[in-house]
Amino acid sequence: MDDPLLWHRLQFAFTAMFHYIFPQLTMGLALVIVLLKARSLRPGGEAHADAARFWIRVFGITFAVGVVTGIPLEFQFGTNWSAFTRHTGGIIGHTLGMEGMFAFFLESSFLALLVWGEKKLGPKRHAWAAAALWLGSWLSGYFIVATNAFLQHPVGYTTAADGTLQLASFRAFVLNPWALAQYAHTMVAAVVTAAFVVAAAGAFWSLKGLHPEQARLNLRWGVRAGLLASILAAFPTGDVQGKLVARHQPVTLAAMEGRFESGPRAEINLIGQPNVRERRLDNPVKVPAVLSFIAYGTFSAEVKGLNEFPADQWPTNIELLYYAFHIMAGLGTLMIALMALGALQEWRGRLEGSTALRWALMLAFPFPYIANTAGWLTAELGRQPWLVYGLFRTAQGASANVHSGSALFTLIGFCGLYFVLGLLYLYLVGREVAHGPVPSHPAGPAAAH
Amino acid sequence: MATLWFWLCSVMVAMYVVMDGYDFGAGALHLAVAKTNEERRTVLGALGPFWDGNEVWLLAGGGSLFLAFPRVLGAGFSGFYLAMFLVVWGLALRGISLEFRSHVQGTLWRAFWDAAFCLASAVLPVLFGAALGNLLRGVPLTAEGSFSLPLFTDFSASNPLGLLDWYTVLVGVFALLALMLHGSLFLAWRTEGAVHARSAAIAPKLAAAVGLLWPLVAFATHRVNPALFPTLPGRPLAVTATLIVAAGVVLLVLGLRQRRHHLAFLGSGAFLLGLLAAAAASVFPVMLRSSLDPAWSLTAFNSASSEASLRTGLGWWFVGMPLAIAYLVLLFRLHRGKVQPAGEGEGY
Repeated sequence: MDDPLLWHRLQFAFTAMFHYIFPQLTMGLALVIVLLKARSLRPGGEAHADAARFWIRVFGITFAVGVVTGIPLEFQFGTNWSAFTRHTGGIIGHTLGMEGMFAFFLESSFLALLVWGEKKLGPKRHAWAAAALWLGSWLSGYFIVATNAFLQHPVGYTTAADGTLQLASFRAFVLNPWALAQYAHTMVAAVVTAAFVVAAAGAFWSLKGLHPEQARLNLRWGVRAGLLASILAAFPTGDVQGKLVARHQPVTLAAMEGRFESGPRAEINLIGQPNVRERRLDNPVKVPAVLSFIAYGTFSAEVKGLNEFPADQWPTNIELLYYAFHIMAGLGTLMIALMALGALQEWRGRLEGSTALRWALMLAFPFPYIANTAGWLTAELGRQPWLVYGLFRTAQGASANVHSGSALFTLIGFCGLYFVLGLLYLYLVGREVAHGPVPSHPAGPAAAH
Repeated sequence: MATLWFWLCSVMVAMYVVMDGYDFGAGALHLAVAKTNEERRTVLGALGPFWDGNEVWLLAGGGSLFLAFPRVLGAGFSGFYLAMFLVVWGLALRGISLEFRSHVQGTLWRAFWDAAFCLASAVLPVLFGAALGNLLRGVPLTAEGSFSLPLFTDFSASNPLGLLDWYTVLVGVFALLALMLHGSLFLAWRTEGAVHARSAAIAPKLAAAVGLLWPLVAFATHRVNPALFPTLPGRPLAVTATLIVAAGVVLLVLGLRQRRHHLAFLGSGAFLLGLLAAAAASVFPVMLRSSLDPAWSLTAFNSASSEASLRTGLGWWFVGMPLAIAYLVLLFRLHRGKVQPAGEGEGY
């Protein structure tokens, strides 16, 4: 209880994980909305316009929660991590400042126009408002990922006389190869979330026999986008990300796989339980040589185990890291399989004939949320014990002047606030889904309800 | 370079106060100037398209401070720990009250969010004002450059210090009144009908209250920080800022007299901007004043990031700022004219 570091870490982890429930949907939906709006401008696009209008309402509610849960994260750099702020502000202040300047001003200016301005703007300009939101939200994503990438793989910095990190090369910092790979992976994963949510809504209406045209449209868009994005999440984006971890954070790779012994033809562990005290993986089910191939491109490559590294370099919670990584990878595989089946049946025109598949699609929407959360857990736990990899330890970063009781108090406060916020969000989005898309053309075929 | 960034950060914070200030003020007045559901939707319709963008000034300003003076940001935020979370939670409550209200038609639902919006909008300016009061009065910064303040002690404005004391609460109340005036003028300018009439009626009263409290705040500031005012005449920027304040007051009074509320709104904007600029100019280069030893204060010079980092930041700052202003102009152009209440399900 007296260890403030634990509360600082838990508070940031909890508020960041809760926050990321919302942006992953808005970033993914923004792309879906732009595509729906673009399609709706062509002949026969009325149903697409109705679908876009529906998802824009969901977007509006989700975006609002994303905004109010995002602000606490920026504040916590100062309140809970002031030593870290002092140490790295000269660098990551750039990306955080640019996020406000280039992304937030853009998003906030066009949000109300997108949500409430369809009549005022007319179809074309409304589509442009959607494009502005998409650009803003994806820019915002880049600045945050670039900030995180600096912590994962610091580049473009120098160490000043007072020990703080300062910018040496803006280009190297902003175009960090880690940031590019992580961004591609994160954005594709956000589209997976949106696609699963779209497909789930379509499946729900289809199973209930509501809004038949919208049900079909959303199912079709959901499974197609879902298949494409979930494949891209694994390959190439996830693959590239894995190779970067292997090259720059070999000890993290070993921990993610629960690998203690070094050696060539390294096996991949599908399941098993890491036993850190005994330094082995209990009850593993393994496929030989695959890890060598995934990490280094040849089956014979040597992959180092944890025993190779001093224990003070090990990630601090190897078990959680191992499980988070395996949950992400396992769910990722499952999601590709489900969407492949869905897309195949949709292509054959049999998707709406299969009750089981529609049930599966309706209930599967939490999977991408879990996979996204597990993915971020992997990235952040894998970075430990460092806050800035190899340069600055997490234990050095917290505010020394904040008492553990204060940190615990605000953590509990967030738990209460976010519980209520989560309930309100589910209630409002649930109402929207139950109500369904509202057609703008009253005589149209979707006016059945 | 550090001096330039001191002013860039000050501009961002001042913009935040002027921009988000009117929607705080309007929010705090909301229950008083709008009685029926239709009237409340008019107020929210006037604020809705702008509030989120206005709040971005806080985030962009925070980002600029993070980059240029990370030591100040870290020391200040962690020192004001509990108050910072009151601010964060208040901002969250306020944002969702505005955005969630219109989604459900029930009267209880809407009454609840109206009250929450009003409460959060009233409490936050007091906290922001108190924060400014703390900066002017000084905080117990140690030689290591950190401090920790309890929420309150004996309200005496002398050691042991607390975040809230008679002085900082006075500044907080002054901030609330000044922003309510600012918000009432915004509503009087942007709306018509009953909301306009009530806002226009309450504005002169708020102006009188601000006018009465202002000398008191100035005198109190002199009591807690006697070094501040004597340096004012020797600082050209502070003199300029004082002239802006004076111009704002003239515009405000003229606008109110002639019932040209957009002029009065501009006047109150200049008044707020000038006051903050005068405060910044008179404390420069001190950013966090140590109440224990002036030598331990955090200044623009001993807290700045490296010269190279600041110079690079200037590059994107001067690209981003015109863009932000351009969006703002576009937004005001799209929403020009008096606010019309939106149909049910088509707006705030």
